[in-house]
Amino acid sequence: MTLALEPVADPAAPLARRNPVAKLGAALLFSLPLVATLDPLTPALALTVELALLPLFGVRYRVLARRVWPLALAAAGILVTMVLFAADRTGPLLVTLGPFAITTGVLVNALGLMLRVFAVALPGVIVFATTDPTDLADALVQNAKAPARFALGALAAFRLIPLLGEEWQMLTLARRARGIDAGRNPLARLALFGSTAFALLVGALRRGGRLALAMDARGFDSGLPRTHARRQTFGRADTALLVGAGLLATAFLATSVLTGLFHPII
Amino acid sequence: MAEVTLRGFGWRHAGRRAWAVRGVDLRIAHGERVLLLGPSGAGKSTLLAALAGLLPEDSGESEGSVEIDGLEPSKARERVGIVFQDPQTQLVMARSGDDVAFGLENRSVPAEEIWPRVIEALERVGFPYPLDRPTAALSGGEQQRLALAGILALRPGLLLLDEPTANLDPAGGALIRTAIARSHDADTTLVLVEHRVAEALPLVDRVIVLEPGGGVRADGTPSAVFADLGDRLAEQGVWVPGRPLPTHRAVSPPADSLVRAEAVTVRQRLPAVSVSARAGEALAVTGPNGAGKSTLALLLGGLLAPTSGRIDAAPGGAPHRWRAAALTQRIGSVFQAPEHQFVTSRVADELALGPRRLGRSAASVSATVDELLERLRLTRLAGANPYTLSGGEARRLSVATALATAPRLLVLDEPTFGQDRRTWIELVELLARLRDDGHGIIAVTHDDDFVTALADTTFALGPAS
Repeated sequence: MTLALEPVADPAAPLARRNPVAKLGAALLFSLPLVATLDPLTPALALTVELALLPLFGVRYRVLARRVWPLALAAAGILVTMVLFAADRTGPLLVTLGPFAITTGVLVNALGLMLRVFAVALPGVIVFATTDPTDLADALVQNAKAPARFALGALAAFRLIPLLGEEWQMLTLARRARGIDAGRNPLARLALFGSTAFALLVGALRRGGRLALAMDARGFDSGLPRTHARRQTFGRADTALLVGAGLLATAFLATSVLTGLFHPII
Repeated sequence: MAEVTLRGFGWRHAGRRAWAVRGVDLRIAHGERVLLLGPSGAGKSTLLAALAGLLPEDSGESEGSVEIDGLEPSKARERVGIVFQDPQTQLVMARSGDDVAFGLENRSVPAEEIWPRVIEALERVGFPYPLDRPTAALSGGEQQRLALAGILALRPGLLLLDEPTANLDPAGGALIRTAIARSHDADTTLVLVEHRVAEALPLVDRVIVLEPGGGVRADGTPSAVFADLGDRLAEQGVWVPGRPLPTHRAVSPPADSLVRAEAVTVRQRLPAVSVSARAGEALAVTGPNGAGKSTLALLLGGLLAPTSGRIDAAPGGAPHRWRAAALTQRIGSVFQAPEHQFVTSRVADELALGPRRLGRSAASVSATVDELLERLRLTRLAGANPYTLSGGEARRLSVATALATAPRLLVLDEPTFGQDRRTWIELVELLARLRDDGHGIIAVTHDDDFVTALADTTFALGPAS
């Protein structure tokens, strides 16, 4: 079993090569305007820029589509919810579906929200599609001065996640072997799910404890300053990526304000 | 270079009444290679943890003293390396080379020295892959080799190995023993805990036997210790080399068929297989890792649906379609890891669970429980939590839970894996008796001795294609 977040991009692409911390920081900066305003223009602009930059990250459009298709479900959910429950039904009436009046106002709001879902998610998807988890942990420790105990501990724990899937199957089968099944009773199903999840948690904690002991036995708790076998550098190009993301974010906000569409969340 | 001195050492885990280890006086000289033996519960692992400085003061009570080169173990941590049983929870990083480098980074080794030392350590253990080999793609034996390299890179004066082969199949075990042998140098003191004595003997020059009640029972060269105490140690469960094991042939020919699989497959796990098992027959399923043995056990146990093919089990029908309660009356499954199967917090409740779910009366349930506790020597542990049992006790309990609903067919996955000699003999005897009483036994196993001792029929799965 492989990790779902393994990088899938061409590692030599100019922006994929940037320092993981720079990529993460740029993604955060870039997303700021998206959570500051509710208008549909800002996410539309952001999404356009994101899609245009994709080749520079070495991510193929087909790969991206495979990664983000679950978001299409979320977008469809938004559309349905807005059509049914939107309080703001201003603008010219387009069509009436039974008791629901579909106006341009409803559709514009729905469109804004759907675009926002994609625009906010994409930078994160791009960062993880182009970043090796080990490199991210290294960069967090070396360039962002994150505590090694946290960054490497999380990395090691992350490695154990695929084991949970196998463990879940074994626990489920073992319960059947003991004569425990829920049949069609939904309450019994819930109880069985709960008890299996608890057993999984207990097993995960034990395993985590053993891993922590093995790490400390190799001096992870020695208190000495750690040296770094793999160097992560933060150069000018990385700074430029951060600055570029900041400038784009400012430009989006400025456009939104100047066109009069700016609609603050608070 | 390291010297170990213990004077009247003892340790009691917090909240326990009994001492895990007590009254140990020992001196291990620089460069000695020691095999530490003792029946399960004699405190071998606790002693290793003490030497590794991994017993925090607040986790229990100690007496006497332990010194490594005259230092307390907590102050001598960088002189000591320890390899544990489970390879999966010893590897930290995603790539093999990075994992060996992890310890060097922790010990503040300058960056330019790290990679030469990583490469040297990997060479010492005979690691055959490049540095960027994903650790997840390694077999158990290879992972354990890598874990050993990660310790050797730190150049410990004292190397502790806590049953490094216990979680591995025979091929993986051989791999790690070769690695230990080829990586050893005269400057490293070695203390090894290992059940499989015959295989471990070429690695050591001294044997120390711990007494369960406390103290050291024997100490000397392997030949002297085994000449003196071999019989008694074998009786206590130590795998003393050269002792014959009992064999159990079937007393009568097999009877009716209990399960029949025709051309069953499971996608990506098992190629087409046809096999059947009969009442009064012990069938051993053998084959290399990845051949799908455990998957076949799940299929025959009615736990998994085949992707294609047919399974038919007595009294009729595909067992994976039966309700769980019905299944337990017909086929009992014993998993490789007993703790997967425990669902209550008392040994007696574990045994009562199956019969209760079949709606048996309280009197009949308690009669079944008492009989099984007695038969599998678990009476003393009736009130204990199943998760606190030793490996042998947990195995006996997991077999007992399958027997509680009196199924005619028993499917076991690696039942003898990691067991001491005493539990092994008891288990084989129990299974032989069940077979002779007309039960069908199917056992997936790597254990050649087990096949010789019990199997009437052997079914060998080919290597994964």
